[in-house]
Amino acid sequence: MSESRSGRYYQPVHSATQQGGQPDGRGQVREVPEEEVRNYYGRPVLKEPTWEWQIPLYFFTGGLAGASAGLALAARLGGNDMLARRAHLAALAGAGVSPVLLIWDLGRPERFYEMLRVFKPTSPMSVGTWVLSFFGTSTVLAVAHDLLGVLPRLGRISEGVSALLGLPLATYTAVLIADTSVPVWHEARRDLPLVFAASSAASAGAAAAILTPVGDAGPARRLAVGGALLELGAVEFMKRRLGKFLAEPYEEGKPGRSDKLSKALSGIGAAVTAFAGRKSRTAAVAGGALILAGAVCERWSIYEAGFPSSRDPKYTVMPQRERLRDRDGAHRG
Amino acid sequence: MSDQQRILPGSGTTDPYNIEGREAPETRPLIPLGQKSYDGDQQPRMGFFTDTTVCIGCKACEVACKEWNDVPDTIGELTGNSYDNTGGLGADNWRHVAFIEQRKPIYLQENAHLGTPAVEGEPDFRWLMSSDVCKHCTEAPCLDVCPTGSLFRTEFGTVVVQEDICNGCGYCVSACPFGVLEQRERDGRVWKCTLCYDRTKDGLEPACAQACPTDSIQYGPLDELREKANGRLDMLVEAGASDARLYGANEEEYGMGAFFLLLDDPEVYGLPPDPEVVTRKFRSLWGPAAVAASALAAGVAAAFIGGNR
Repeated sequence: MSESRSGRYYQPVHSATQQGGQPDGRGQVREVPEEEVRNYYGRPVLKEPTWEWQIPLYFFTGGLAGASAGLALAARLGGNDMLARRAHLAALAGAGVSPVLLIWDLGRPERFYEMLRVFKPTSPMSVGTWVLSFFGTSTVLAVAHDLLGVLPRLGRISEGVSALLGLPLATYTAVLIADTSVPVWHEARRDLPLVFAASSAASAGAAAAILTPVGDAGPARRLAVGGALLELGAVEFMKRRLGKFLAEPYEEGKPGRSDKLSKALSGIGAAVTAFAGRKSRTAAVAGGALILAGAVCERWSIYEAGFPSSRDPKYTVMPQRERLRDRDGAHRG
Repeated sequence: MSDQQRILPGSGTTDPYNIEGREAPETRPLIPLGQKSYDGDQQPRMGFFTDTTVCIGCKACEVACKEWNDVPDTIGELTGNSYDNTGGLGADNWRHVAFIEQRKPIYLQENAHLGTPAVEGEPDFRWLMSSDVCKHCTEAPCLDVCPTGSLFRTEFGTVVVQEDICNGCGYCVSACPFGVLEQRERDGRVWKCTLCYDRTKDGLEPACAQACPTDSIQYGPLDELREKANGRLDMLVEAGASDARLYGANEEEYGMGAFFLLLDDPEVYGLPPDPEVVTRKFRSLWGPAAVAASALAAGVAAAFIGGNR
């Protein structure tokens, strides 16, 4: 059905009659040259996303903030106040930068408040707006309590609220882009959230490992290394599930280069953090910075892949043709 | 409520927010979700039937639309794609006439009395023309994702952007399966066909439909249009036009308030062959996010195993 995606090329129905179009003996459909996808003068079926660099950067800062709040609460509960405080600072920084990026990207930034007129569960952007708003508020209160000691009770509660809201904050952005008609995003909707969660964990761990003295930063380093490794694996798993054809936009051109760069940065960063990070603060800072850079590149790669995927009609038409063929059987066309 | 029943027999629906599981198709609503709040003010669902077989490519629809709706001009680009210098739908083109040149025997057209012109001295040539427009979907992804409520469902079942609310977030642009919505440069907001909301409210037909000299664009209550379209399709098929098909007329697949009679695959006209309501897959969209969020919580907790060093 529409949900089935195996690693194979799609074959449009109309060319099936010309070529016999039968799956070969190994159950694989033959590779189809691009010109056989029918289209209208090669023009895109979809419009390219309007989102600019602020949006992938927000995916990073929002994820960093969300996971940092969780790390801070866990550290507090574990009695590691040093780590809790530093992770809170990272969460505050992320929560502060994020709305600026989002409003900056709007076509009419002065009308950002229109987002706050409604709450629409059908719109991940609306859900995210409210999650980020409450996350930001609770994080400010938690940090105010932490640093200044004001509002002790509210501060404690805010710490929990911030950590709790950090979880959706770190993952909803995957739903945000999956809930579109952009093929590489929508068809990856089952795997994108894990990629984003892993990337957020890596970012939060790395940021805390940079900010915290090595003696207190053990959990942060483990989170950074674990997150970075999971991120590498989750991206590969996602591409495999998309299949060779739909994974193309992630692997070719700018998004492909960004992905490779991300893997190099995250891989080296994880190695440095794991092996030298516990002895030397310099190594922890270097490793953390590499992991952060890797996370930014990964978000950038996923964002960037949406453009060729929208621009080239084959990415829209071929999967839909396959879906029709699966549904209707051999006839039609 | 009785009003609604009269307009629409069988408009019930099981779980309109979740379309997953095509194996068990549920009854899909003809009156779209959201319109039901109009109560007494609700009108029959209005729409377009674009019969491309009688389109002559005059582009009067494009011009009338721009004139009436004060859409900025887009003159200046020669694409070299037959007579199409408009390119596609967008912020500044709410109607778009597509021109497709094909090597296909002309006798079929003559037998079927189609309006598509043949070219003299070119017996194997046919010219398809089709005026594309916003589909005013029954379950509109643009409407679902709009975070401000700028996009709304009118009492006629059409989908309209309120320009005084749109803040140009661009979400609808990526949600639309047809590439209809677009951000207008320097303006920042998103614009699209309103199905001439100002005219429909006054009982007038939209500018494009009124300007169309061959009635290729027909406006009216959607159920009537669909009946008419089915009759036209039967006529064509009987006359030998086996390629003729309706696009967007079936609510069980993807219901459109503006649907089409085509003579070839939709993608030949630049339309997606099997569009989806991407926004109504609640389980596969949010389920994995819930799992990932739980994994994140577990991961953070696990990082504290082994102490603080």
